[in-house]
Amino acid sequence: MKHASFFWFVLPSSLMMLLFIAFSIVSVVTQSLYQAHDQVIIEVENCGPFGCTTDTSVDAQATAALREAEPLGKWAGLSIYTDRNHLAFTEVGEAWVSSVSMRDFAGSLMNLPFYDAMAFTLTYTAVVTPLTIILGFFIAIGVNAVARAMRGPTIFLSLLPMIVTPIVGALVLFWMVDARGILGAALQWIADDPNFSVKASTPSMWVVLMVYGIWSSAPFAFIVYYAGLQTVNKDTLEAAMIDGATRAQRIRYVVVPHLVPLTTFIALIQLMDNFRVFEPIVSFSAQAHARSLSYAIYTDLGGETRLLSSAAATSVLTIIGVAILLSPVLVRTWRDFGSPR
Amino acid sequence: MSKATRLSPSVQVFAYSFLCLWLILAAFPFLWTLWGSFKVEGDFFSKADWVNSILGTLTVVETGGSFTGAGYYGAWVQEEFWRAALNTLIVCVCVVTISLTCGTLGGYALSRSTYRYAFWFLIFALMFRAMPPITLVSGYLLPFFEWNLWGHLSTTIIVLVAINQPFTLWMLHAFFKNIPKDLDESAMVDGCTRFQAFRHVIIPVMWPGVITTGLFSFLLAYNDFAVTTMLLSKENQTMVPKLVSFLGTTQTKGNVMFAVAAAVSVTAPLFVMIIFFQKQIVSGLTAGAVKG
Repeated sequence: MKHASFFWFVLPSSLMMLLFIAFSIVSVVTQSLYQAHDQVIIEVENCGPFGCTTDTSVDAQATAALREAEPLGKWAGLSIYTDRNHLAFTEVGEAWVSSVSMRDFAGSLMNLPFYDAMAFTLTYTAVVTPLTIILGFFIAIGVNAVARAMRGPTIFLSLLPMIVTPIVGALVLFWMVDARGILGAALQWIADDPNFSVKASTPSMWVVLMVYGIWSSAPFAFIVYYAGLQTVNKDTLEAAMIDGATRAQRIRYVVVPHLVPLTTFIALIQLMDNFRVFEPIVSFSAQAHARSLSYAIYTDLGGETRLLSSAAATSVLTIIGVAILLSPVLVRTWRDFGSPR
Repeated sequence: MSKATRLSPSVQVFAYSFLCLWLILAAFPFLWTLWGSFKVEGDFFSKADWVNSILGTLTVVETGGSFTGAGYYGAWVQEEFWRAALNTLIVCVCVVTISLTCGTLGGYALSRSTYRYAFWFLIFALMFRAMPPITLVSGYLLPFFEWNLWGHLSTTIIVLVAINQPFTLWMLHAFFKNIPKDLDESAMVDGCTRFQAFRHVIIPVMWPGVITTGLFSFLLAYNDFAVTTMLLSKENQTMVPKLVSFLGTTQTKGNVMFAVAAAVSVTAPLFVMIIFFQKQIVSGLTAGAVKG
């Protein structure tokens, strides 16, 4: 295709992505370097019969005018990144000096909002991604093994958790594990504790969120693997069988190698999606026990006072996180395709 | 079935029971919620006995019948959920139309260009696809406030289109790759320009891929929460943020059933969609492109 026609064909798409994705990243970076203006303080001297006193008060009008004139706020440099709500260098340094053990140090880190959110996001990503892949793989193997007539309905029902709006899917689960819901009651019965509630403790909340994550994305892995299984070479399978390979060995040495490229693909998509985990926390009202990076941005943006600069700084850190996460893929693509063709 | 794939009975029993377990896990929560949405709160959240939620003991006591539409009435009429449904409809139709128009043009060009910049274009799109939407939203808020763009449906539509664009491009690019190059090239040999070849030769054969991509664009717009909750004013809210707002306001009023009814209402169109388009959804997921 000629350069000129390529240009015109991709123009609408690239314009849109440039304006609303690339520009937005620039805007986030800029915003994170500024902070909201302080309130304008005026000093009033009151002189009475017993001498003069000076009072300070907030000049609301002047504050509003100043914020109106410079909505971006005043230059803050990198100070927002290093404050307590983000990288918190001072606090981390103090914790390092005062901690007696690594466990103690990790405990103090978890009290800092950013490290807390980071810990949850990374744990969630690291736990949910492999388990999703494993569960999806077994469902695919299972569906492949049953009668053809059962496959259609199985695929139909399996799609539900994935297609349904994340907020709704998580809510449905949340209502069931509520202490008064059916699963909640079942858990109380199993734990033999009539007051057991998932919402009460941090570990159980984390587990429920991760169970939701696996439940909602296993269908994706399943569908991709199932499609891959349809293209496994039948001759190789039969040859392996003639050579005396058991079923497990056939899966291990013929099917699994065939599915490795698909696994890379699923893992990539899942890493991206799990790193942005956000909706289940809203649905489960889990903010007291689990906050992800996306959720931290959401709380900063919402509410009475919109903490735009704080949200922007967290966003930049999140984007850096995504970049680090994707870097192996990029390096590999660079090596494979970067050389002139 | 060939000999290599025949199974011993024990393996077969294991496979069936594992699948049944998974199917119950996948579908039961939705059935449960659908059933419970026609009960009163005392039954849906039954502290006394979970059998109540099936039989509807308290529903009979409170309303006289074992089913009640009170949750739906409260959500749709009293809290004006229909308005949100209408907004969702507008947003989804516009997002799908605009996404596909831009996406087919771009995806076609990307599938036909042999230069390296087309490849890097796709890699950039992949990186954009990886950005969590909420990080982008935090970049929009200040400019949108300043230019009075905040709160309108049209702004949200454009933003959703832009956020969907990387994935739309990837998917359509994969589909166009499967349409033989010879088709449009022979048209160009016959004297068509590139655009004419696209218009008269490619457009008539591209619909299966476009419909599949459209389904995923629809899902992205329909399921979105991060963008719609941040960029829409209260009266323009779509269904998902409206549903979440029920959680805040109605839980205190003791009427969580509005939210349950709304959740079922949000799920229903998706359910119908899977029934009709199961094949397209599966082919879309396996197009080797991206997930919705």
